[in-house]
Amino acid sequence: MTDTAAAGATAANLNVTGLELSNVVRRFGAVTALAGVDLTVRAGELLTILGPSGSGKTTMLKVVAGFELPDEGSVRLGVHDITVASPARRNIGMVFQNYALFPHMNVAANIAFPLEMRRMAPPMIADKVAWALQTVGLTGYDRRMPSQLSGGQQQRVALARAIVFDPGLLLLDEPFGALDRKLREQMQLEVKRLQRRLGLTTLFVTHDQEEALVLSDRIAVMNEGRLEQLGTPQDIYAHPRNRFVADFIGESNLFHGRVTAIEGGIAVVAVASDLVLRLVAMAGMRAGAEIGAVVRPERPRRLGSGEAADNAVEGELVEAVYVGESIKYRLRLSSGAELLVRWPFRAGGEMLGGGARLRVGWDARDMHAVPWS
Amino acid sequence: MSVLTGVLGRRAGRHGPALALGILPIAFLLVLFVYPVLRLLLFSVENGSLAHFEKALTDGLYVQVLLATFEIAIVVAVICLLLGYPVAYLLATASPFWAGFGFALLLLPFWTSVLVRTYAWMIILGRNGIFNRTLLELGIVDQPLALLHNTTGVLIGMVHVLLPYMVFPIYSIMKRVDMQLLSAAEGLGASSAQAFRRIYLPLTLPGVFAGMTLVFIISLGFFITPALLGGGRVMMIGVQVERLVRQYLDWSLAAAVAVILLAVALGVAAFFRRVLKGDLTWT
Repeated sequence: MTDTAAAGATAANLNVTGLELSNVVRRFGAVTALAGVDLTVRAGELLTILGPSGSGKTTMLKVVAGFELPDEGSVRLGVHDITVASPARRNIGMVFQNYALFPHMNVAANIAFPLEMRRMAPPMIADKVAWALQTVGLTGYDRRMPSQLSGGQQQRVALARAIVFDPGLLLLDEPFGALDRKLREQMQLEVKRLQRRLGLTTLFVTHDQEEALVLSDRIAVMNEGRLEQLGTPQDIYAHPRNRFVADFIGESNLFHGRVTAIEGGIAVVAVASDLVLRLVAMAGMRAGAEIGAVVRPERPRRLGSGEAADNAVEGELVEAVYVGESIKYRLRLSSGAELLVRWPFRAGGEMLGGGARLRVGWDARDMHAVPWS
Repeated sequence: MSVLTGVLGRRAGRHGPALALGILPIAFLLVLFVYPVLRLLLFSVENGSLAHFEKALTDGLYVQVLLATFEIAIVVAVICLLLGYPVAYLLATASPFWAGFGFALLLLPFWTSVLVRTYAWMIILGRNGIFNRTLLELGIVDQPLALLHNTTGVLIGMVHVLLPYMVFPIYSIMKRVDMQLLSAAEGLGASSAQAFRRIYLPLTLPGVFAGMTLVFIISLGFFITPALLGGGRVMMIGVQVERLVRQYLDWSLAAAVAVILLAVALGVAAFFRRVLKGDLTWT
């Protein structure tokens, strides 16, 4: 295929092209911000880069947007290698954390800006701006200045400006951070619907795991410049691949122990002299292996006296926190370890007080192992 | 506009305590500055006649000097802008160390009196001065350049003194510009030149107007530098007033010319304020 043919083909279907990062490395002095990242964002997919601050997610976003150049590796958008292309030539729409609206231009001028830069004819610009405003639900706000808009409205303008020029990729840099909780949830759903409707390939960067679980088709968990795990939200939540992911995504109980035996697909893990846990053995797991045993707080159930379970523990209730739809209890087990459980709270239900002794249990299949080292 | 009204509102709210704190300095200014100036200006309407104003505004000499003063002030302001804008940009974007270094260089002349600096320029720019000698020895010119006792000399001296007055207001505005806006513009398809023209320049214009106003108004009343570097051949209104007072002892005419200068300066300041306000509320 010749270059021009390739360019022609992409211009028509940029919207259905994906992003591909291969072995991207970025160092700042002695600090390696990205240590060889391979990642493919499929066409039309919303993929979230999730990680704590300093994990390299912002650097990754900048490398994709073109504000940073990688030291090694390549970035492809559709059929184009954009590794070293200037930001202006990447055709990527970005919504900044603080929106970065141009304060001296009104809403319409802000949204028209990328179209003017592409030398689009004024009547067409007017049509496109009207379409974008309607898409984000701000019809009639053309003449407002950014300073006259609420945070949510500013974000819609930023979103309209990022999608108005039919970008090949939409980048969202923690765009919901500045909004209050209710508005944030509303905007998340709106962005998700919009992204679906327009079929926009989207890369979303956040440190908020709850947000990531709600919005994403797939999540890439990052830590210290590496991808720790890539998968669907359900997959990542239910089967964290290592300690970092288990700890970072949602709440979890992590016990450090040694596999003492494997009996019929169930691994027996000694955590302490009086704490032995059972979980579904992983392929290749051997007795003697040092592992982390993970159980999510909603899995354990309260056991009646004499009731048995694969894993049964007894502990003293040290803390109870009411969080609306559920209550979180912290139990101190006799081994000294703590167990966090979360149970739904029904109207009229009782809340247990501190000091109570409880027996709780969960099945072996509710628990799984992650490598310890 | 809401920003402006907000600021004004807060000012009004603080008026009481501010006034209490300001009583001493205000009294000081009233007694030692406003009163003498008013006294001096009263000379211009001696015996309730406007004859001195008539003379100042009809005598070709004073009109000519006034126009020449305007011209020099405008040229100085424009040169200061062309030099000061990039300097302000460098300072605003430099690392703290280099910004501090740049400010030290910029402020250094402030610790020296204008008189001393002007004499220094005379030594540098004279026919036999350092600059001309260097040029001659390097064979760049055959004849020494005429840099002193003419408009060129006056411009060089005035730009040197006034440059900081251009740099500071622009710098302070530039510091407030969110540099991410430029990244955003480039991400949206703008070249760096377009990002500068469409985003950075408009956002820093208030600083430009403030700097232009300051430099222009200070230029109008400049005295020592044009007097010494102009060698009596470059007539600016300040030089003319001094001559009227010292040589012709015509205090009334001097006062009338000074009043006209003051009126023009206030007019220009008001004009730039309007432009500035228009810029903030318009776009």
